[in-house]
Amino acid sequence: MARKQGAAAEARAPATDLPAERLLGMYRTMVTTRAVDERMWLLQRQGAIAFTIPCKGQEAAQIGAVAAFDPSRDWFYPYYRDVGVMLSLGMTPRDVFLGGFGKFDDPESGGRQMPYHWSLPKARVVTGSSPVATQIPHAAGTGMALQLKGEDGVVFCSFGEGSTSKGDFHEGVNFAAVRKAPVIFFCENNQYAISEGLEKQMAVRSVAERAAAYGIPGESVDGNDVFATYAVVRRAVERARAGDGPTLVEARTYRLMAHSSGDDDRNYRTREEIAEWAKKDPIQLFKEQLIRQGVLDEARAQALSAEVADEVDAATDAAEQAPWPEVADATRFVYAEGGNGRGR
Amino acid sequence: MAASQSTAVAVKPKSNLEAVREAMREEMARDPRVILMGEDVGVRGGVFQASAGLYDQFGNKRVIDTPLAESVIVGAAIGAAVAGLRPIAEIQFADFSHPAFDQIVNEAARVRYRSRNGWGCPLVIRAPFGGGVHGGLYHSQSVEAFYAHVPGLKVVAPSTPGDMKGLLKSAIRDDDPVVFFEHKGIYGGPREVIPEGDHLVPIGKADVKRPGEHVSVIAYGLMLHRCLQAAEDLAGEGISVEVLDLRTLRPLDTEAILATARKTGRVCVVYEDNKALGVGAEVSALIAEQALFDLDAPIMRVAGPEVPAMPYAPPLEEWFMPSAEGIAEALRHLATF
Ligand SMILES: Cc1ncc(C[n+]2csc(CCOP(=O)(O)OP(=O)(O)O)c2C)c(N)n1
Ligand SMILES: [Mg+2]
Repeated sequence: MARKQGAAAEARAPATDLPAERLLGMYRTMVTTRAVDERMWLLQRQGAIAFTIPCKGQEAAQIGAVAAFDPSRDWFYPYYRDVGVMLSLGMTPRDVFLGGFGKFDDPESGGRQMPYHWSLPKARVVTGSSPVATQIPHAAGTGMALQLKGEDGVVFCSFGEGSTSKGDFHEGVNFAAVRKAPVIFFCENNQYAISEGLEKQMAVRSVAERAAAYGIPGESVDGNDVFATYAVVRRAVERARAGDGPTLVEARTYRLMAHSSGDDDRNYRTREEIAEWAKKDPIQLFKEQLIRQGVLDEARAQALSAEVADEVDAATDAAEQAPWPEVADATRFVYAEGGNGRGR
Repeated sequence: MAASQSTAVAVKPKSNLEAVREAMREEMARDPRVILMGEDVGVRGGVFQASAGLYDQFGNKRVIDTPLAESVIVGAAIGAAVAGLRPIAEIQFADFSHPAFDQIVNEAARVRYRSRNGWGCPLVIRAPFGGGVHGGLYHSQSVEAFYAHVPGLKVVAPSTPGDMKGLLKSAIRDDDPVVFFEHKGIYGGPREVIPEGDHLVPIGKADVKRPGEHVSVIAYGLMLHRCLQAAEDLAGEGISVEVLDLRTLRPLDTEAILATARKTGRVCVVYEDNKALGVGAEVSALIAEQALFDLDAPIMRVAGPEVPAMPYAPPLEEWFMPSAEGIAEALRHLATF
């Protein structure tokens, strides 16, 4: 039955079970995510890399959600905008830049895929493709496999709200619901699918309402608030781990940049609308929350940002200097060459 | 005739359908990672009874009745495969694999390549295919060319019970996605004695089902049997036909194809799919590229007509499918060219 989570989740000084060190780590990951995102944009505009797809504005949703999972046993199907998810799971800025350039040491694909096509076997982040929503059936199947093997892992599966129009969303969520598979379907509703606003994707008012069609809980949360997102996803993860099946979580947020480096957003949304959402910048909000809780102060925040800037500079240089893949490598691993994957 | 690694003795003849069932039963008993999923595969045992008895033997955790949704049947199988299982995903009819095309081609086939071996996708997609069963446009299709075009997939289409069993067992043990086509028209027969024991037939190897001297005919699936019939008929006319069963469509057994082409110098490729841009085009091109000067006649193709799919009415269905007589006619022409 669809349940909606509204204003209560947006409390200003939220209670949380996350210890201070952990919160500071999450803040650092958020700042790093922003810095990596901005660097990728710059590199693209300089002509150094071919393509980027910004996540600016969605960091709280990503980092809040993934914090509710257990990286030692859970499985992850992130979508292209999830820099914050991946940095939370152990990917480094250098790794992201290696993928941006398409260098051989790119841990996702050895330079084969476009940027942000995540894969990190050691963290159980499963390889993804470009066609949206295709990972949703995979997540359902992985959830089923964990049930069959008697393992207590939970599967994280994210996607945009536009992608919920696709058949694979319906088929995948329905499959998981029927089998009560331990999967959290995490929709980052950033209001747009390239140029198309919500009203062109769905006749329901929120993505969470779609859950009713599958007989699973649907929760809608302020995706610019780390604490709120974490709390809702954590409850969903607990339900899944207890055998109570999947949840559809909608994090309401906003994409502050164009869809991608190839997009010009001026003909489909106003500058005023963007400026309104920029006031709700998730990093600023998280910083204020942490300062209010006494976990962070201005000086520490500034020092941290400076450290991150240095780290991102060094990571950019390292990625730029890394070798390209050899052409001879392009014919490898069409099929197994002894052993079944998990090679990198 | 089928290459076998088995040495055990033979017993009573089995059908292709029994071969499929035995292969799945043996592999599920051997390896707890093997699961079967699809529409009606559980309690009902599959609409063709391919999995009859497996639900009772292995339970509803390993023999899974899925929702009626092909994309997630394959997609969830992919998710289970990367998580360490060895799923067999049944598509009830090959004609209904199209909703799963994206999952098969963009996902399963590319998992290993796109992660540069970070992930593998050991998965079998079983699909009954082919016509002659009064199935009309949407229960008769031969869709193998779509999938055989795709690097990253293996595509298998056996025609005899021994091969059916041995290849399915190999497919289940394979570390990569295999699309496994079972021709519906030969589920029931002809029967054949299958070697007992752990009978494996390697993927990627064709098989000479009937040796001959004057002309070669290359086929797979139901057409293989019509070619054998044509060869038998022509033997009475003094024409000796070599019949090569491709068995695997990707990777093609280049060596076996070139060997028969060089041996007889006269080649006909027979397939039930419509002719243009099908398996016959690839086989013909291969021979033209590598064995042209060994040929004594142009390569021929006998295949389905260029209409969208097989019509239902019996005379129209008969018109669509290459017949033993039609094949014999083509081979006669080739032999005397
Ligand atoms: C199947 C498919 N169709 C079209 C595209 C092109 N495309 C890439 S992203 C996108 C919009 C996706 O919007 P949404 O799901 O809301 O995610 P967002 O990009 O907003 O995060 C489109 C149309 C694609 N990648 N896959
Ligand atoms: Mg969107």
